[in-house]
Amino acid sequence: MTALSMFDKIWRAHEVVPESAEAPAILYIDLHLTHEVTSPQAFAALRARKVPVRRPERTLATLDHSTPTEAQPIFGGVPIRIESAARQVAELERNARDFGVELLGLGDARRGIVHVIGPELGLTQPGMTIVCGDSHTSTHGAFGTLAFGIGTTEVGHVFATQCLLQRKPKTLAVTVEGALAAGVGAKDLALAIIGRLGVAGGAGQAIEYRGAAIRALSMDERMTVCNMSIEAGARAGMIEPDDTTFEYLRGRPRAPQGEARERAIEHWRALAGDDGARFDGEATLDAGAVEPMISYGTNPGMSLPIGGRIPERGDESFRQALRYMGFAPGEALAGKAVNVVFIGSCTNARLSDLRVAAAMLRGRRIAKGLRMLVVPGSQQVKQAAEAEGLHSVFTDAGAEWRESGCSMCIGINGDTALPGQYVVSTSNRNFEGRQGQGVRTLLASPATAVAAAITGQVTDPREFTR
Amino acid sequence: MQPLERIRSRTVVLAEDDIDTDQVFPARFLTTISSGGFGEALFADWRFDADGAPRPGFALNRPEAAGCGILVAGRNFGCGSSREHAAWALRDYGIRAVISTSIADIFFSNALKNGLVPVRIDTATHAWLLSHPGEVIEIDVGGGAVVLPDGRRVAFAIDPFARHCLMQGVDELGYLLSRLPEIEAWERARPGG
Ligand code: SF4
Repeated sequence: MTALSMFDKIWRAHEVVPESAEAPAILYIDLHLTHEVTSPQAFAALRARKVPVRRPERTLATLDHSTPTEAQPIFGGVPIRIESAARQVAELERNARDFGVELLGLGDARRGIVHVIGPELGLTQPGMTIVCGDSHTSTHGAFGTLAFGIGTTEVGHVFATQCLLQRKPKTLAVTVEGALAAGVGAKDLALAIIGRLGVAGGAGQAIEYRGAAIRALSMDERMTVCNMSIEAGARAGMIEPDDTTFEYLRGRPRAPQGEARERAIEHWRALAGDDGARFDGEATLDAGAVEPMISYGTNPGMSLPIGGRIPERGDESFRQALRYMGFAPGEALAGKAVNVVFIGSCTNARLSDLRVAAAMLRGRRIAKGLRMLVVPGSQQVKQAAEAEGLHSVFTDAGAEWRESGCSMCIGINGDTALPGQYVVSTSNRNFEGRQGQGVRTLLASPATAVAAAITGQVTDPREFTR
Repeated sequence: MQPLERIRSRTVVLAEDDIDTDQVFPARFLTTISSGGFGEALFADWRFDADGAPRPGFALNRPEAAGCGILVAGRNFGCGSSREHAAWALRDYGIRAVISTSIADIFFSNALKNGLVPVRIDTATHAWLLSHPGEVIEIDVGGGAVVLPDGRRVAFAIDPFARHCLMQGVDELGYLLSRLPEIEAWERARPGG
């Protein structure tokens, strides 16, 4: 028998009809997550065709992308300021009602960023296929799932049939040996991996992250790494489930409990790739060589170790990126002035991220004139952080503490910076205009973001963590 | 979708590499529940300055770009966000095909679902197209070839199923719905349901 990788096993277990030369596979989807921005046209298509949502119990909707992060419009009955966003929220509420889909609505204590709440609720479980109309669905691969982003037409396909037509992607093994040094986080590793593969290096592929450094990561950190897979162009990123995974799932409301859990763990262990399983491509990295990273350009591949200098490249795309950023080749990033710091997004706004940030910020204040926004990944993260008093650390330091949502990661709910401003952001995309028109984004870890908040300039976080 | 056999048009060139879908369709236009009218937001921040005036230097704003239906773009076009709005905006604007050496996966799939033909082509042909904006070329969907002005045919790979859908103007949902009996049988046979 051929040795199978974890990807092969999950793929095979979901092939309703295998692919052929003439037609793609019909792939079964276990869990479909949906939100207000990429679902309205899909629901409209169902209405036009008079088709129901076929398996509502495999579907969960939340409000995160265009949702405000101020308390009043969420809880206080004050209308949402941006009219089009308010309509989107109302539209999902209506669609969820009409089609019988569970919605974690505005006031729900379990609401949050779609890729934070799936794992948090225990919905994301090893071996599943998971899709969402959002490219960072790869986050869920941290649990040993095949999880990928889809467009709105495909959202409609899953609503109507619980299946997708898919060609089997190629597989890429990214092995990270060694151990991350003190002060270096999962986000730094993710940026280093993208730097190695390039922003299109993972195109058409599902990445499996493996090796000692990956095994050593917590679930929150694994999610950070898998989250960024799409920034290397990959369809999906995944990590073999192990005791760390099973411990994370223990007691989560939608995860199996008791005897069902024991049976599930047996099944989950069997997902591990067979010895000798083959991948279409391989890459290796030494975790020990990874330093705190920061981006200097307009895609996540344009990143540097924080002490580095911007390289020289002759092509027009590169020059355009530096023009946008207001940087020149050969410049050091350390010491560059920063206007805004954003701690948030599905990449880095889980409880452990907020703990790292608060530990550095405790007893300190953010730089004069700098704005800092801390937006927890979910309402549950928010509540847990408040139970530990983290919110006071942030507000005492001069930062804003908000309700959960995508916020300044995508800037469509009104949380944006001003044209020309520099934002050190724990999110995942530094594309032109991503955080507001003309805004310049520098991607970094929570530790590097806090270092910038304290000093008002790009700063090596190891100066604070010793 | 309209059945589509061939596209014959002048090209417009955006030579930048890694053009992401946030550029194609800026995020602030995403708060819409409408199913049409996306063309106005196409490349909004590249087409217009902060006051809404067209930037004369941008390729799509030049007079010779009017009516061009084929976009030739730099490497890795359509990377980033999964927003299908990017494909809708190109379609609504009148672009019917995008040519590059590489096109990001999710955008590629979204394009096909909207009758927008994504063409991944070899580097030499791509280089020629980049340096010859405004040439009239043809995309022969059935034959899987780009036909250059001198009549030379350059093959590109197109999935037979995608080609069938484009040429017949059928959408995948109809096909999936027709396979529901197999999907139901598969669900019943699955351990644990
Ligand atoms: S936080 Fe950002 S990347 Fe994550 S789902 Fe929201 S918009 Fe997308």
